[in-house]
Amino acid sequence: MERKIRILIAKPGLDGHDRGAKYIARALKDAGYEVIYTGIRQSPESIVRTALQEDVDFVGLSLLSGAHNELFPAVVDELQRQGAQDVVVFGGGVIPDSDIAYLRDKGVEAVFTPGTSISAVIDFIEANRERVVSR
Amino acid sequence: MTLADGVRQGQQRAIARAISLVENDLPGREELIDRLYPSTGKAVVLGLTGPPGAGKSTLLDRLLSEERKAGRKAAVIAVDPSSPFTGGALLGDRLRMQSHALDPGVYIRSMASRGHLGGIAGATADAVKIFDAAGYDRVIVETLGVGQTEIEIAQLSDLVLLVLVPGLGDEIQALKAGIMEIGDIYVINKSDKDESARLRAEVDYVLSLANPTPERPVPPVVMVSALFDRGIDDLIDSIAGRLQRYAETGEIDRRRRLRLRRELRQQLQSKINDHIERKVEIDRQMDQWVERLISHQETPYALINRQIEWIFKEMDRS
Ligand SMILES: Nc1nc2c(ncn2[C@@H]2O[C@H](COP(=O)(O)OP(=O)(O)OP(=O)(O)O)[C@@H](O)[C@H]2O)c(=O)[nH]1
Repeated sequence: MERKIRILIAKPGLDGHDRGAKYIARALKDAGYEVIYTGIRQSPESIVRTALQEDVDFVGLSLLSGAHNELFPAVVDELQRQGAQDVVVFGGGVIPDSDIAYLRDKGVEAVFTPGTSISAVIDFIEANRERVVSR
Repeated sequence: MTLADGVRQGQQRAIARAISLVENDLPGREELIDRLYPSTGKAVVLGLTGPPGAGKSTLLDRLLSEERKAGRKAAVIAVDPSSPFTGGALLGDRLRMQSHALDPGVYIRSMASRGHLGGIAGATADAVKIFDAAGYDRVIVETLGVGQTEIEIAQLSDLVLLVLVPGLGDEIQALKAGIMEIGDIYVINKSDKDESARLRAEVDYVLSLANPTPERPVPPVVMVSALFDRGIDDLIDSIAGRLQRYAETGEIDRRRRLRLRRELRQQLQSKINDHIERKVEIDRQMDQWVERLISHQETPYALINRQIEWIFKEMDRS
């Protein structure tokens, strides 16, 4: 049996609505992944604890409010602190191109901006499948 | 340090890995469970089931708060269905329990039912053992009550809470059909809604038709509003009362023995099956058998009995 890929979709920060995150969560489910969704306003600590308990392979962060430069790296750092640097972090939301290089540098392995098709996200996950499955 | 040691010490990551191991049925599963087994038997296992939207997750959030107030460590296994088409699953039960996300005394794990042999029951049973060995006092298994799963989960639990809500229609039909005989406590949620009084009367009526025994007396019916945090104390009292009674009458022991019996039988059957499939390569032969039947060269029972004789001979030779 093929090992299932598990993905946590989480919303850090103070955004009040989560249509985008829910859309991604549902699309990834339809692509055959097991997706855990935890709702809005999650702290980096609670995102990481959820990721650990659920033993996910990926954490997808969604944020509209503009605090991505602080919150995305905070999740990466907290994962590292917990010894879970093998979990792959990606992000999405309204993120200016100028911030993408910075986020990459901070360990956010992919950044998807509005208008990206879901197949790009799936390609990214599949490109990392071998790596996460053998961790 | 082994994975089993990590689990016994309650390490989050070890528990997480251990559950993935049993969930994916990876090599090492059997050894892990055998190593943990001596440390199990202390946790009380509660089943929580009911139709979609009954408020199970919201209620669980309240129950977790109560467990923590009572000083108990609690684990939740939230089971949701996998899509039969894509194999994917959206596991959203945690959403309403995230207030407990940072509490070291609470562990929440979502599981997709997947399609594997023996259903979700086998993996869930092992996950319960993992939490038990890791020192959780309560393990609560949440499932969607839509048929066979309720029964399988009931068989894993020491006590089953069945959550009903007004306005879902066919519940009373299901009650009458006896599916819901598995409930040890009937929880009517959304008591803030007017129609809940009528549902209560209906449930009371159906339960009055049941045949109580000293071991399994008429289940209590408790009205709660998970959303408005009402009636939770009554529910906690009911749970404690039932558990005590079941302990006194030996009902808990009886259920645990039944559970083991079922687990053993299932494991035995699946291993025997695997063994035979491997030995005589049934899949490879099947095409030929089907051809013989479809062309009416042979009749079904004659064929199968002849094959079985052959299978046994093959096995004797090896
Ligand atoms: N009015 C009212 N609404 C409630 C109550 N408890 C839960 N709800 C609402 O019912 C809806 C479903 O609640 P959940 O806790 O997600 O229900 P569930 O049974 O876990 O749902 P599934 O995961 O779909 O099986 C949510 O919108 C809740 O806010 C209650 O006591 N009263």
